[in-house]
Order: sequence, then C-alpha cells, then structure tokens
Amino acid sequence: MPSSNNTMLKQEPIALDIQHLNVYFGEGHEKFRAVKDVSISVAAGGSYGLVGESGSGKSTVLRAVSGLVPSWDGTVAVNGEPISKKREMSYCRTIQMVFQDPYASLHPRHSIDRTLSEPLRLHKFDNIDDRVNQALVDVGLGRSFRFRYPHQLSGGQRQRVAIARALMLEPDILLLDEPTSALDVSVQAEILNLLSDIRKTRQLTYILVTHDLAVVAHMCDEIAVMSHGEIVEVMDVETMRDSKPQHEYTRELLEASEGYQPEA
Amino acid sequence: MSKALLEVEDLWVRFASKKRVVEAVRGISFSVGRERVGIVGESGSGKSMTGRSILRLIRHPGQVEAKKIHFDGQDLQALSEKEMRDVRGHKISLVMQDPKFSLNPVMKVGDQISEAYRVHTNASKTEAKERSIEMLNAVQIRNPERVYDSYPHEVSGGMGQRIMIAMMLIPEPDLLIADEPTSALDVTVQRRVLQIMDKLVQERGMGLIFISHDLNLVASFCDRVIIMYGGRIVETCRADELQNAKHPYTRGLLNALPDIHKPKDQLSVLERDPKWIEDPSVDAFL
Repeated sequence: MPSSNNTMLKQEPIALDIQHLNVYFGEGHEKFRAVKDVSISVAAGGSYGLVGESGSGKSTVLRAVSGLVPSWDGTVAVNGEPISKKREMSYCRTIQMVFQDPYASLHPRHSIDRTLSEPLRLHKFDNIDDRVNQALVDVGLGRSFRFRYPHQLSGGQRQRVAIARALMLEPDILLLDEPTSALDVSVQAEILNLLSDIRKTRQLTYILVTHDLAVVAHMCDEIAVMSHGEIVEVMDVETMRDSKPQHEYTRELLEASEGYQPEA
Repeated sequence: MSKALLEVEDLWVRFASKKRVVEAVRGISFSVGRERVGIVGESGSGKSMTGRSILRLIRHPGQVEAKKIHFDGQDLQALSEKEMRDVRGHKISLVMQDPKFSLNPVMKVGDQISEAYRVHTNASKTEAKERSIEMLNAVQIRNPERVYDSYPHEVSGGMGQRIMIAMMLIPEPDLLIADEPTSALDVTVQRRVLQIMDKLVQERGMGLIFISHDLNLVASFCDRVIIMYGGRIVETCRADELQNAKHPYTRGLLNALPDIHKPKDQLSVLERDPKWIEDPSVDAFL
C-alpha cells in the first residue's frame, strides 16, 4: 500500500506528519473503522490534496487531525511534535479548519464581529479590534461587514468570513474541507484565488479535501486518492495531468471530470 | 425539427412584498422537444424558478405570468389544481436538488416510491413494491430491500438523491425537470444516474430539462444549452458549441473554471456588466 513514500523534494521541514492513522466510530460489534492506516506528510508551505468519493474517509482524516473526532489512534505530529489526545491551547493555534458549508458553519445569531473575535478572546490576544478589522480587509470584505449577521451575506461572503475566522489565530496549517463545493463557479474562482494568495503571503500549509479534480489540480502539488477509508494512490499533480494514474478509481474520477460519456 | 413538447412564451415570476417586487424570471421564452436541454446559470439566476413555475409549484407570494405554457398541446395555465395534480409526476416530473427537504421524513422510503407509482397506475401493492425495488436497483442502490424499509434519515445524501430520482422516474413521465439532480452525488454514481436519464430520452423519447451550474457536465450531456442571468436568457446554443459561446457572461463562467490540463496561477474572476441585466431576453426555441 502506498504510504508516505513521497518523491517530492523535501528541503522544507515537515509541517504535518500523520502516520498509521485509524479512526473508529461506534462501539463493540458496531465498531467501524472509517479510516484505515492512513499516512500523509506535508512539507511546510506545501499544499496537499485528498480526493475520494463521499464516505471514503477524507473529511474524517481532517476531523481527526483537528480534534473533532476523539476516537483515533496512530501518530500525528505538527512541526515535529507529536500531539496528545487532549489538545493544548497552543495546538489549536497552529492548526485551523475551514468547513464545507458556509451556510451551516457560521453561528446564525452571532455577528461577524463576535464570530471573529471569540477565538482571539479565548487565546488572550491583544488588539482584538484591529485584528478583526484587518482580518476582514485581508479576506477582501472590508470593515463594513463587521457588524452584520450571516444571513445578510452571500455564500461567497460567508466563506470569506469562515476563512477569516480560521486565520484569526495565525495558524501554520489550514485544513480545508471542500471549501468551494457549495459555491457558484464564479465565486469559487474568487475563493480559490484568495486561498492561493493567503498561502503565498503567510507561508501556510494546506490540506485540501475535495471531490473536484480540477480544483485539486489547481491548488495542490501532491494528491492522495482515498477509497473506503484507505489511501489507494499518491501522485503528484503532473502524473494526474498526464492521465497516468495507476488505480482504477482514480481513472474513473479523471474520466468523470472530463464530462459525461455515453455508455459504450 | 422535432415537435416541441413544452412551449413557454414570455414567462415572468414575481415575488411582491410591501416595499418592492422582485422579478425572479423576466420574460423568457423557450421550448423543449424530446431532447436534453440544459439550463445553466448561477444561484439567483432564476433557473430553478423556471422549472418550478412550469409545474405551478411557486408558492404565495410568488406570481407566475406567461403568454403561453403549453405541454403536449395542452394549456397548463387553464388547468384546475386537480387536473394539474394529474400532470405532476405522471406527465411532468421534477427532481429537486436537496433530498433532505424533498423526502417525507416520517414515511419509509419504499412507501414513498410505491405511492408515486400507485397514484398514477392501477398497480397492486406487491407489484408496486417489485417495481420500486427494481427502480432502486436501476439507480445503483446496493441492498435495495433494506433501503426500501428505511426512513430518509437512515440513508446518506447521495442515496437520498438517487431515491428521489427513482421516485420521479417510476411513473415514466414525458418530461423530466431535473434541478441539479447530480450535484450531491459522487462522480461514479453521477455517471450512472445520467446514463439512466439518457436512456429514457433515447428510448422512450422523454424530454429533459437539466438545470445545473456545472458547465462541463451540461456541455457533454445535453443537446442544447440555455444560459440564464438575472432572470433572463442571455444566450442559447448547441451544447457541443458551448466552448465557443459569445456572451461575456458565458465566457466569464467558462474562464472561471479551473482546468486540469491548463494550469494557471490565478483563476479569472467574472466581471459583471450591469448592462447584462437590462439586455432583452433571447428566445430559446427549438
């Protein structure tokens, strides 16, 4: 099984190293292994794509790393330091997540100001006022959005707020769980551009989960394909572009991204 | 030129509030034959409203107005609500986008599918069950007997979508309006669902209105494309010529798509021209 035998040049230190990750749901007879022996390592400043069909465990990997699913084993190391089951406050600062559905991931009764300043207060940051304003400017919204509520924003604007929230704590690693799948293509282009710019200016490390191969090819250098909880193939973006993937499921994904082909 | 199954002329959908009137669809005219017509556009372009207004599914305070909505020679606007119920499902059926809101949460999946069949045919319960399981099989649901006895919350989103499609196809409609039917599905399942619809168009001569925001998919799947913006049709063309579309809006949408084979640093962002809203609607007849 392919694991972390990355062929990429690795001068950069490893930002996120996941080894033999297993995630379980349920108890006793019902116990289900949703993620099976997944190993991924991402260099600092790198962008890693996870693709696969729904139920393949790709989002679960992110949720385990971010601490949203407690029932996992294996090792996860961030900047060389293995993390414990109980998350330290400092860990939360280094790794942040952007969720799939901007209509569901923002608290409907909290103003944008409250959404963005809450993590700052929890982590005892100073200059909260300036930081919130700056964050809104950085994601291209501007200060005027600060005291609005999510229902007053469009999907793309909400996703910008979600990205701003993830950036509030100045993390090193961003976990992106299908950040554009709920958005129109024109808005998707804006959000993807924003994410690329932020990665460049802040030297962030991304893990991007998606089922859209074109998005992954645009954003990532290296791609892992998951199926039924396992990584079935790891390849770089060139291999994918040349349509040379080894695994059948990857080929199917590629074919589908070309559009519809009638039954032969 | 094949005969048009559905003819719509000067269709308006308005939502009036105390302060102002929002026009969701603004005077569009089109027709659909026994073919696959794609309607593309962003959220808010009026594409879903177009589909719903044909079946008179726009609720108060929405108002539908048209010079003509004819289906198979029948004037749909002249029908009573009771007669309309016979059209829905049996003659024209609608696959909605979100299975979470479109399936009855307190009714078993199988009962919902059989009901759809029994309302329009004189089939017995056992026969309806057999047909339903057959249909679930056709939309590639593994273990259809188990799914037949499940409630909607017990199935995944993708499965729910396939259940909806099974339910809409079982009365064998003449026209299927599919509102983003595959956007929640995995690519492999998506392909299967498209094949089922394709087969129905080819073999039974069903008409299909395929509402989607996925340009690549529409270009490869449909025969004709209608591009909507701000409640109007800005352009219409043959699906295989979508890549050569002329309208700046269509071009903008096409350019905003990331392409596996043509990597670029920045995706181009759609610049909207206020003039597009004002331009007259283009007729999209057969």
